[in-house]
Amino acid sequence: MKNLIVHAKRLLTAVLFAPALVFAAAAGVPLDKAPLSTDFERLKRGATTFVAECLACHSASFMRYNKLTEIGFTEDEIKEKLLPPDKKVGDLMTIAMRPQDAKKWFGGVAPPDLTLVTRQRNSEFGSGADWVYTYLRSFYRDPSRPNGWNNVVFPGAGMPHVFWELQGEQTAKITQHPDGAQSIELVLAKPGTMSAQEYDKMVADLVSFMQWMGEPIAEKRKSIGIWVMLYLAVFFALAYALKKAYWKDVH
Amino acid sequence: MTAKKGLLHWIDERFPLTSTIREHLTEYYAPKNFNFWYYFGSLALLVLVIQIVTGIFLVMHYKPDASLNASGIPVAFASVEYIMREVSGGWFIRYMHSTGASAFFIVVYLHMFRGLLYGSYRKPRELVWIFGVLIFLALMAEAFMGYLLPWGQMSYWGAQVIINLFSAIPVIGPDLSTVIRGDFVVSDATLNRFFSLHVIAVPLVLLLLVAAHIIALHEVGSNNPDGIEIKKKKDANGRPLDGIPFHPYYTVKDIVGVAGFLIVFFAVLFFMPEGGGYFLEYNNFIPADPMVTPPHIAPVWYFTPFYSILRAVTYPLFGIDAKFWGVVAMGAAVIIIAFLPWLDRSPVKSIRYKGPIYKTALTIFVISFFILGYLGVLPPTPGRTLVSQICSVLYFAFFLLMPWYSKIDPCKPEPERVTWK
Repeated sequence: MKNLIVHAKRLLTAVLFAPALVFAAAAGVPLDKAPLSTDFERLKRGATTFVAECLACHSASFMRYNKLTEIGFTEDEIKEKLLPPDKKVGDLMTIAMRPQDAKKWFGGVAPPDLTLVTRQRNSEFGSGADWVYTYLRSFYRDPSRPNGWNNVVFPGAGMPHVFWELQGEQTAKITQHPDGAQSIELVLAKPGTMSAQEYDKMVADLVSFMQWMGEPIAEKRKSIGIWVMLYLAVFFALAYALKKAYWKDVH
Repeated sequence: MTAKKGLLHWIDERFPLTSTIREHLTEYYAPKNFNFWYYFGSLALLVLVIQIVTGIFLVMHYKPDASLNASGIPVAFASVEYIMREVSGGWFIRYMHSTGASAFFIVVYLHMFRGLLYGSYRKPRELVWIFGVLIFLALMAEAFMGYLLPWGQMSYWGAQVIINLFSAIPVIGPDLSTVIRGDFVVSDATLNRFFSLHVIAVPLVLLLLVAAHIIALHEVGSNNPDGIEIKKKKDANGRPLDGIPFHPYYTVKDIVGVAGFLIVFFAVLFFMPEGGGYFLEYNNFIPADPMVTPPHIAPVWYFTPFYSILRAVTYPLFGIDAKFWGVVAMGAAVIIIAFLPWLDRSPVKSIRYKGPIYKTALTIFVISFFILGYLGVLPPTPGRTLVSQICSVLYFAFFLLMPWYSKIDPCKPEPERVTWK
């Protein structure tokens, strides 16, 4: 029992100071560039993974299921493949677990809502998508952690390695440099059902979907923007010509 | 008499329509030599309109409510995401408003800098300048309170830090900060009162001050890059020789400025609405959590020069906390701008005819201001604090030493008539 309390406390400390640790750790951990895609087939694969795996514990409470029609799903496909039995197609991607309970069960911090995670994790070290992409590929076995897993990008993360059967188990080779710095090298100790390439591609699809989910309008926004720029360029030219015409007798 | 003229006549007998249009547009004579720097006044007005119009639509969907929804997200935060995703065109309105906030400060800072370049604050334009400084103060209050509304982590903790500063004021401080918050911590009560002030109270004050600013300006007439009075040389009809009617000349010219501004504004809005994390801070996409303090709390970029001055004060004085003197220094840094008309003793207004001392002083001032702004976004270190202390001293020295250096500065003679440069 006492051991459990110590564990819970340690977890709590880890979780409370997690943002600070990320800040410190991210400086030393180069983030891999996420190979993002806007291809609907890949976004759909990512959405399927997200609904099947992430949505068990994390909500995406600003997302409606039928918003997925914007990446090529039909409403029937959503109903058949993605929708939980108790939900309607216009419902938000909420989860059954109440935040208060989740807080209790996960040692003080409920699994965060993931709708905006790629926007939250932007930093000077890389984009939010880069962070998630690197994070999901950086879990390693750590017996000192309550759940047996640790993460290079997010040391002391509360989440265990959800995809361990796919990726396999990595272990960390920690090298202490004479100048006090530490470097961690991950080694695949026990292969999973996917090759490293397949796993990276699966994560890339998932992160592409999460990037889309963070701001579904983003692609449309940029394409509208080009027309706005063209329009304003013409407007600027006309306004300038008008000014010239009016001002020709001002000396 | 045509029907149109008849209607106009009918109105003019009851309301000064034609005479107002004459006085402020068609027969308001502005110097003909305005340059690039003179676009930012009308642009500030444009951004004000953008903020009011987009604000009206945001208020239709935004909910100032800090309670948590079923998913454990504050309702206020969720309502902003609702606007971004579910309201048609909501993302555009919201990005207009968030980009507009930063654009407002960029435009206003450039507008104020124009005043420093050409001595626009000098007699007889002291009141124009003072109204302007009051507008700047109201704008800071407006921006600060608006920033709380999305109820993200930076909204929450930024407000927490700034409101806590007031508690450093002796005697009344702790009570004052409680009154501002309406609670002992930033909470739903704070969110609701900031919403009220942001949406009604401060915009009313702003509009009133902008009206006063423009009325005062049109009473005395605009300054110009030569810093000479065009009213001194008039033709037989009493029109300034170097003046041209604001409408149509400056209305068509300002449209060019508007087009140029909109290109930059919409380039940011459509291609980088987060402004690299400066216009929308990344941490503000995390819902406010009173239990988790972010490792580093940085105010939005437009406050950072003044925030740096606040942090630069590290010595307690007369037995009062250094924090209090920091607040005093920050307040003084803004208020001192209002005293420029009486600090500047130079015989000329414009930098074109001022001597090397003023040019050097202004350069040092601008560099210090940028360094202070840059340091304000970073966490403090002893080295950075020292640099910000030096820059704060230079900031104040620009103003406080001006009565002396502006007097001894060797100036060039002003021209009789305005020049084209």
